[in-house]
Amino acid sequence: MAEQTLQSIGLYLPEITLVLALTVIILADLLAERFRNAGGWILLTGLVVAGFFTFRQFGASESIFFDMAAVDTYGAYFKSMILLAAGFVTVFSLRSAELKAYASRVGEYYMLLAGMVLGMLMMVGSTNVLLIYLAFEVTSLSSYVLTGFTKKSPRSTEASMKYIIYGSVSSAVMIYGISLLVGFTGATGIYEINAALSGGIASDQLLLVNLAVLMIVVGMGFKVAVVPFHFWAPDVYEGAPFPVTSILAVGSKIAAFGLLTRFFVITFTTATDGGGAAGWSVVDGIRWDLLLGAMAALAMIVGNLTALRQTNIKRMLAYSSIAHAGYLLMGLVVLTGQGLAAMMFYLFVYLFMNLGAFYVAMLFSNATGAETLADYRGLGHRAPLQAVSLTIFLVALTGLPPTGGFVAKLFLFGAAISAGWIWLVIIAGITTIISLFYYIRVVRVMYFEKPDEGAEPLRFSADTRVVLLLLLIPTLALGLYFSPLMDLSRAAVAIFGF
Amino acid sequence: MGILILNSIFQPGLVHFLTVSAILFSLGLMAVLSKRNVIMVLMGVELMLNAANINLLAFSRFTGLGLDGHMIALFVVIMAAAEAAVALAIVLNVYNRFKTINLDEISQLRG
Repeated sequence: MAEQTLQSIGLYLPEITLVLALTVIILADLLAERFRNAGGWILLTGLVVAGFFTFRQFGASESIFFDMAAVDTYGAYFKSMILLAAGFVTVFSLRSAELKAYASRVGEYYMLLAGMVLGMLMMVGSTNVLLIYLAFEVTSLSSYVLTGFTKKSPRSTEASMKYIIYGSVSSAVMIYGISLLVGFTGATGIYEINAALSGGIASDQLLLVNLAVLMIVVGMGFKVAVVPFHFWAPDVYEGAPFPVTSILAVGSKIAAFGLLTRFFVITFTTATDGGGAAGWSVVDGIRWDLLLGAMAALAMIVGNLTALRQTNIKRMLAYSSIAHAGYLLMGLVVLTGQGLAAMMFYLFVYLFMNLGAFYVAMLFSNATGAETLADYRGLGHRAPLQAVSLTIFLVALTGLPPTGGFVAKLFLFGAAISAGWIWLVIIAGITTIISLFYYIRVVRVMYFEKPDEGAEPLRFSADTRVVLLLLLIPTLALGLYFSPLMDLSRAAVAIFGF
Repeated sequence: MGILILNSIFQPGLVHFLTVSAILFSLGLMAVLSKRNVIMVLMGVELMLNAANINLLAFSRFTGLGLDGHMIALFVVIMAAAEAAVALAIVLNVYNRFKTINLDEISQLRG
């Protein structure tokens, strides 16, 4: 017993590193009062060390802490993405003008950010419903507070209140669903639950088991912000400070998809028949693939159509991220190795292009206070590099070549077509074209509308240019050279038996 | 004697507990959907969490789930406390900003 615990600790080092970073940030905040940004640098160091430990987990296939969590290539892939996103967001935070006004409390900010990253790392690794619930809540609780961190701003306050109300209700619904599921299957590990469900459910329990799965769909759907559980996203994204919006839109979504995919594929599908729609028949009653497919289609339609009439840039990106959640969900719906790998590839590209878009928006907001589309007039002339980058990020979000966004959409749509989901791909294709309108509108405003009289060119420091390039290069490079990453994604989904 | 007979008729079983928890959950959800006061909404959430706890403990008692149910219930209690603490801090901040905790009156973010 002690031996397994010790071995498990050795495989849980990324999470342990973050706990240490969190503790050191608290201490540093108490001791080093003069050096306020110490927390950010400590967190950055912690993320790099955790990234090193995560890198060594590629290729592993272990079950740790008595089957509470798994360490495998799939988990390592998601953990790398989360750590990468968190690293970028920490760098954003160090430069954020919104957080400058709270310099005396910024240590707390980095501590909460570390807690959030810890929760996200736990989310993608857990294979037990108790740990899944805990990881889910650790992430949520930190993000509620982070959303309201700029507490003098009424919008931030309102956003955090809306977030915690929607969030706590949906997690309460989820834990009720989990309690029913655990009760009727008599197990808490997701593999054991799957075995119990595959063994057949008594017909008088079928209704309640279906209800339980539906309730879990509510909780997880909330976290990935997919229609019809998306109401919180626009308000929270608009109200939260830029760095927090970025981590919610990217990190939180990646972690939620990692958890959702592992949990659903292992618990509610059979891996024996190699995937496809037949795999969803473990829980009879509702056609789960159709239900999730409809949610994905609705997310694409609602997200893209509502984004068309947004004038606030954060709000527009929020609706765009709802639409992207729909595209990503397609990968889970088709339930083939190809589909899941395409989803993971899409997430990796999404990380760079979405963080990039938020970063440029944050730089503009820092320099001019710009948040609405009208403020972007003529920025193409005042800040050429940043405007070109934003254009590339938006083109990638649309899914046009030669960017990574194009390749990602191509893989995803291809996987859906070969699995026979033609109607879903048609909806995805049409909504992609619709999305072109609102992404390009930003570009048009930047380049074809004259800046105000006497507006100076904007100046940005050299380090922001480096960060911008770090985001820009992968976005473009993944459009040309993508096979190693795709191979890695294919290797990662092998844990599901595909 | 009478008490003994009553006991055997009203021996509570799994179904009774699940029914109570379902009622509790529905009441909580109703509070969340109908109340406009943030504190009342949060109380509704607490009811929903406790409904899940009753489920878990009942399953532990009457089925082969064993101590796992107790464990989850314990953690749910802890999480409920943490959530309440965070929520109340946020509500306090909301009151300082808006001088109200009525959900309908706090709506700057729209679109």
